[in-house]
Amino acid sequence: MGKLKTFTRRAFLVGSSAIAGGVAFGIYAYQTPGKNPLLADVDNGEAAITPYVKITADGITLITPRTDLGQGAYSVQAALIAEELDVELDQVMVDPGPPSPVYYNTAFSEEGAPFRPTDESFIAEAARTGVDSVIKFLGVQATGVSTTVPDGYEKLRRAGAVARETLKAAASKETDIAVSELKTANGAVIMPDGSKRTYVSLAAIAATFEPVTEVTLRDPTQWRLLGKPMLRHDTIAKSTGTLTYGIDLAFEGMVHATIKTNPRQGGKMKSFNAATAEKMRGVQKIIPVDNGVAVIADNTWRAFKAADAIEFDWESAPYPAEMDEHWNTLENSFNEKQLDARTRDDGDAITALAEGSAINADYRAPYLAHAPLEPISAIVKVTDERVDVWNGTQIPGFAKDAVGKLTGLEPENVHIHVPYVGGSFGHRLENDIIKQATKIAMEMKGTPVKLTYSREEDFVHDFPRQIAMGKARGTIKDGRVETYDLGIAMPSVISSQMGREGISIPGPNPQIMAGAWEQPYAIPNYRVFGYRAPELAPISSWRSVGASSNAFFHESGLDELIHAAGADPMEERIRLMWHESSRKTLEAVAEMSNWGSDLGPNRGRGVAFCMSFGAAVAEVVEVTNTEQGIKIDKVFVAAEVGKIMDPINFENQVMGGVVWGLGHAMNCEITYSDGVAEQSNYHAYEGMRMYQCPIIEVRGLENGTKVRGIGEPPVPPAAPALANAIFAATGKRIRKMPFNKHINFV
Amino acid sequence: MNLTINGKSHEVDVEAEMPLLWVLRDELGITGPKYGCGIAQCGACTVHVNGTAVRSCQLAVGDVDGDITTIEGLGTPEALHAVQAAWIEHQVAQCGYCQSGQMMSAASFLDTNEDPSDENIDLAMSANLCRCGTYPRIRAAIKTAAKNLRSA
Repeated sequence: MGKLKTFTRRAFLVGSSAIAGGVAFGIYAYQTPGKNPLLADVDNGEAAITPYVKITADGITLITPRTDLGQGAYSVQAALIAEELDVELDQVMVDPGPPSPVYYNTAFSEEGAPFRPTDESFIAEAARTGVDSVIKFLGVQATGVSTTVPDGYEKLRRAGAVARETLKAAASKETDIAVSELKTANGAVIMPDGSKRTYVSLAAIAATFEPVTEVTLRDPTQWRLLGKPMLRHDTIAKSTGTLTYGIDLAFEGMVHATIKTNPRQGGKMKSFNAATAEKMRGVQKIIPVDNGVAVIADNTWRAFKAADAIEFDWESAPYPAEMDEHWNTLENSFNEKQLDARTRDDGDAITALAEGSAINADYRAPYLAHAPLEPISAIVKVTDERVDVWNGTQIPGFAKDAVGKLTGLEPENVHIHVPYVGGSFGHRLENDIIKQATKIAMEMKGTPVKLTYSREEDFVHDFPRQIAMGKARGTIKDGRVETYDLGIAMPSVISSQMGREGISIPGPNPQIMAGAWEQPYAIPNYRVFGYRAPELAPISSWRSVGASSNAFFHESGLDELIHAAGADPMEERIRLMWHESSRKTLEAVAEMSNWGSDLGPNRGRGVAFCMSFGAAVAEVVEVTNTEQGIKIDKVFVAAEVGKIMDPINFENQVMGGVVWGLGHAMNCEITYSDGVAEQSNYHAYEGMRMYQCPIIEVRGLENGTKVRGIGEPPVPPAAPALANAIFAATGKRIRKMPFNKHINFV
Repeated sequence: MNLTINGKSHEVDVEAEMPLLWVLRDELGITGPKYGCGIAQCGACTVHVNGTAVRSCQLAVGDVDGDITTIEGLGTPEALHAVQAAWIEHQVAQCGYCQSGQMMSAASFLDTNEDPSDENIDLAMSANLCRCGTYPRIRAAIKTAAKNLRSA
């Protein structure tokens, strides 16, 4: 029964791509370049050879449409283009470019097609291509699901090669020297006699003919930049306090606004009294916006202070006011009716479990805020002719549509500028603040309005990570894992998130199962079912999304079964893993951590594995049980990404992902009381601090067949590896996050 | 009131209770010090007053009793402070938003301890929060900066 439903839904998902775009037409259009948005701003003597390379008298600009959230996206995108274009990174400018459908993100389809990432069959690849076509037609320009590198790996290198060959053709046209005689280096075409024609000087000619699109990409063995340590182009500015983030931008005549809306997210405002606030120094205007009030002042602090002086009467939350009801809703979701798709059902778990289960473990993962260190802000200036928005959004295309709708201005008069961002972790996949700032700016035409959330406003209005519950059972036989049955319940992140953009996503939600159903273990009876809980508090994508909770359930439950079988957690995982490049991550991490060696008294190590976003990551955590509590000593990580673009940034991303995963598992949660998030600032939501940070050793592996992103995949294994290590050191099994509610940390 | 910031005198007309952070950022356009939490929990706003690291989000401008140094005054891309040079060498920054505060804390700390152990560094730097998780690289960069300052 479950199987039939699954099949129908899968067929619908693939079929709907065919209906929406037409697979044949979709693939045709996929191969035809979209309209180049740079041509609108190009003057005579300048060239925008592809949507990614712009050459003017000022120099060469590489367009890097994926938002840099701190993950180094601009630098890696620039390097991919520069590798083939034959320019050095210090010779070019980098610009995120305008929002445009041409910058669609095809790698999003890896997560949208109903196949495991280890499935490289014809059908799986064909389905991914079909989803690609739909994504192209929707024009999804988005930064997320660790796709910047997978999406850009071919596309951006190709863009660089097309530009290079076109510039060579231009030089050939001008000099009558055959293209085959020409070379390129350092932003110039080199003639057989060694003389140079710079790309800038060739731009005008290059713009007069169709780009050369027959290009061959260089073999990685010939790379100059990629795969080698690079100095990120923002490192010097970020090390001297000279980088301008969105919150630092200022314009002539700009006013400073802040907002207070109902802390019960989505709840309405009944009334407010701003009598005191109106009289405060620097306050210019107080206006109702959405479910609250905006204060416009001449200084951010004065706006904050005045907002704090306003009295509000709020309506109640449109979701359960207390946590018990949230958890009960999840508990009640484990039933046939709420079964989502993407189930795994190998062998016969039901029959195997009929004689009893070796474990009965319930796990919980709480709501979690993103809380990047830069509080969100947006600057909007509206005139009768145009609107300009400055905001570090991950979805600039959606922002453009929303602002166009609000202001009534045509798309060509809506200008979205994406500045540098002080972290996101998924926070900036939401455009609420842009809409709010636009509404305020419409009341103050001609004046740039900077809207800044206070940290407290940012916390209570952070659409958090999903709340989730897992139930693990299984059987063991002859010292081995024989059956593993995991059920997961959570509300749909995608429905909640896209609902706020006015988009309805039909069918099952892949994230409910992510990080669990597709794990490459060959367990004889292996069942992973996902159950869709009804919408509770509004939720959003949080670094590694579904896998952030699911890997904790999956790898903790598996660890419990392995211990019940009396097997070694590393050896049994390696034995069960059928997928070679994944197994190698476990083997690597076993070697790095000297797995099996004696750690001494009160110490323990735990291992966990998760394939998420197609990247296999294995982690070993070592802890000591001290008198003051658990101390995390060391973490070893082996990550399989196919190809490493920049080993320095790769290591940074992995270390950051580990700290993120461990810190939140240790001490973070968002809980609701009276419908309001109880954690309003970092004192109540600390994460990891330096004194708690372990030594982290990282090894990148390149055995896989596909290039994968690394922004998110190091996160999911961190929490279960820590829980498994704590069990090894103390005998105590922690099944609920955050762990500090059950054990002390140093 | 008059403030000396990075060696330059500034006249400002603000309430005495306005935190120094907002005087710097909104009144004077000095944006290296960042707003992160407003309650001295994250350290992104760290500046020096008379050479000592303070949280400018919790220091009322009326209580400032000395010369102020911000990250812009610690060093510049053309004339880097040893801490900034080490931050570049180790490529510490990810989003970079906390790093102004991290470097100001580190510079002040290295004035009092020229050869710090890991434990010294952990204690001195634990009031600065980094959400990207750059701690291992901060540790390494502080050691490099300490070494270079000793041999300078």
